[in-house]
Amino acid sequence: MDLFEYQARDVFEKHAVPVLAGAVATTPQEARQAAETIGAKSGGVTVVKAQVKTGGRGKAGGVKVAKSADEAEQYAQDILGMDIKGHTVHKVMIAQGAKIAEEYYFSILLDRTNRAILAMCSKEGGVDIETLAEERPEALARVAVDPNVGIDDAKAREIVEEAGFDAGTGEKVAPVLKTLWTVYSEEDATLVEVNPLVMTEDGDVLALDGKVTLDANADFRQPDHADFEDEASTDPLEAKAKKLGLNYVKLDGNVGIIGNGAGLVMSTLDVVAYAGEEHTGGTAKPANFLDIGGGASAEVMANGLDVILGDEQVKAVFVNVFGGITACDAVANGIKGALETLGDQATKPLVVRLDGNNVEAGRQILADLDHPLVSIEETMDGAAKKAAELAAK
Amino acid sequence: MAIFLNENSKVIVQGMTGSEGMKHTTRMLASGTTIVGGVNPKKAGQTVDFEGGQQIPVFGSVAEAMKETGANVSVLFVPPAFAKSAVVEAVDAGIELAVVITEGIAVKDTAEFYNYAKDSSTRIVGPNCPGVISPGKSNAGIIPADIAEAGRIGLVSKSGTLTYQMMYELRDFGFSTAVGIGGDPIVGTTHIDCLQAFEDDPETDAIVMIGEIGGDAEERAAEYIKANVTKPVVGYVAGFTAPEGKTMGHAGAIVSGSSGTAAAKKEALEAAGVKVGKTPSETADFMREIMKDLSS
Repeated sequence: MDLFEYQARDVFEKHAVPVLAGAVATTPQEARQAAETIGAKSGGVTVVKAQVKTGGRGKAGGVKVAKSADEAEQYAQDILGMDIKGHTVHKVMIAQGAKIAEEYYFSILLDRTNRAILAMCSKEGGVDIETLAEERPEALARVAVDPNVGIDDAKAREIVEEAGFDAGTGEKVAPVLKTLWTVYSEEDATLVEVNPLVMTEDGDVLALDGKVTLDANADFRQPDHADFEDEASTDPLEAKAKKLGLNYVKLDGNVGIIGNGAGLVMSTLDVVAYAGEEHTGGTAKPANFLDIGGGASAEVMANGLDVILGDEQVKAVFVNVFGGITACDAVANGIKGALETLGDQATKPLVVRLDGNNVEAGRQILADLDHPLVSIEETMDGAAKKAAELAAK
Repeated sequence: MAIFLNENSKVIVQGMTGSEGMKHTTRMLASGTTIVGGVNPKKAGQTVDFEGGQQIPVFGSVAEAMKETGANVSVLFVPPAFAKSAVVEAVDAGIELAVVITEGIAVKDTAEFYNYAKDSSTRIVGPNCPGVISPGKSNAGIIPADIAEAGRIGLVSKSGTLTYQMMYELRDFGFSTAVGIGGDPIVGTTHIDCLQAFEDDPETDAIVMIGEIGGDAEERAAEYIKANVTKPVVGYVAGFTAPEGKTMGHAGAIVSGSSGTAAAKKEALEAAGVKVGKTPSETADFMREIMKDLSS
């Protein structure tokens, strides 16, 4: 999960990363109140920043310096509701103003390639770091971090030296890098990025803008992370699926897909997309990713169908199951039970492909069911074609 | 021969006495795996009865189990919160192969145990994987043993169900070994490790490699194949339709910006001379042709 800037700021503060005061507001009035409190610390000056999980908000007009609480209110009015690269702004952060002398860049991220952690640091911050990495890679220091050691004093020194800071600046930056490691480690992050990390005119190092990605697999030991969930921007079907404990991603298509196992479901989406191109001129496309996992009980199947049938775009559903550990007769009973549970609510055609463990018994159950909406196909490619054709009708 | 696992493998199960552990130990035993013990400090000294009459002793630690039984492989069904310490215990005991089935381990923990183990004598497979099967010889994990019999195809895959699907498609030829390496951002054994082992395995004639979106493991595997693999390789990549920035079921299956796309992986594999199927069935057809050519 990616955090909003204001959430990252709060997490930074919790772990003693130097940050400026900041508060989130969802209305211009709240923005004014926040600007009155926060502006008092910086001569009335605040920065009103759109809270969106995408870059380029400055260029889009989503960041404004306000000289008074009145101005902050006005800017919040302008920014709230704005669309930045397809993201609607529902919140702004009111941040204390700062007198910036220099801007740097620092990040810690999971390095999948080397199966370790990577710290990246540059004296040239505030810019688009991907552009910098491409155009002048020598300006971006990359230092490997051992996950079992982390960024200690020695590693922090190594990073600032690699980045080419002078001794005096390096001495001020290094301790901040250690606090950011604490964020990375203790919050189970996979990315902590500060851009810019700044030196103020007063000689203080501050994390002015933060981007944090958290590992959902660590939620069991990070109960606070549930509070970061962005319900306003979550697709309602994705939210519903999540409540039901289903692994669902909404896409923009008309063939609903249910399968078992992440790889098989991804593959099913692709096969449906190909079939759609080949047989329907691109009309039929996958509507979603839904992995029901190993169990595939009637209840899970009914929940899955319920979510998918709630998607108005869906015209046909493809159930693609390979019975590995799960027996196909159990899956077929799941489909049968789901159709019974849903009753009249089940209105869209269902193409089912079952293979593997107990497949004959599974197909027999569906054949005996003789449901007008259900058709059985023997192969994945054949079923994808059938589902695509039904959706394109 | 096969790779990583053979008829001489002596397997212990960490987390055997839990519900998943019991279920899959039963299945592993039924498929002929030599299981010599379970590990659970709270139940040390007990014996567990399995269907078919086998009685499997429970030991207090991996080290003790290895000392008493000569075990060289451990399969882990330990819950995510305790998985790291269980892996570290297995590494410290000097086990040759640790197969981590557990799904949902925090990547911080995996990064820590992988780096802890990387200079040790232990090979880790997984986490979040279906395990390793050398059909007819041994089965360490949850891959159904009845999909395909022994043969001369090697299979390496990030995905469990695509492993099953591919074994099913090619069941008329059979497999030397199938390795489910897992779908997490960090895994102990990579495509490259398996390609290398299959290249060296005299019982493997050709290799199927299944990848999916996220990371650059497939691209690096492609480079490796180009430089080092002489046996025919066919490939499949899942996730062409996956949107950017969304995790598709597996924690590691995510396209970030322009990196980790299925298209880039397919292109890299094809540039290395690997035939990449559009669907699992087409991939299996490619392999079928290769196997027919090899036998003629």
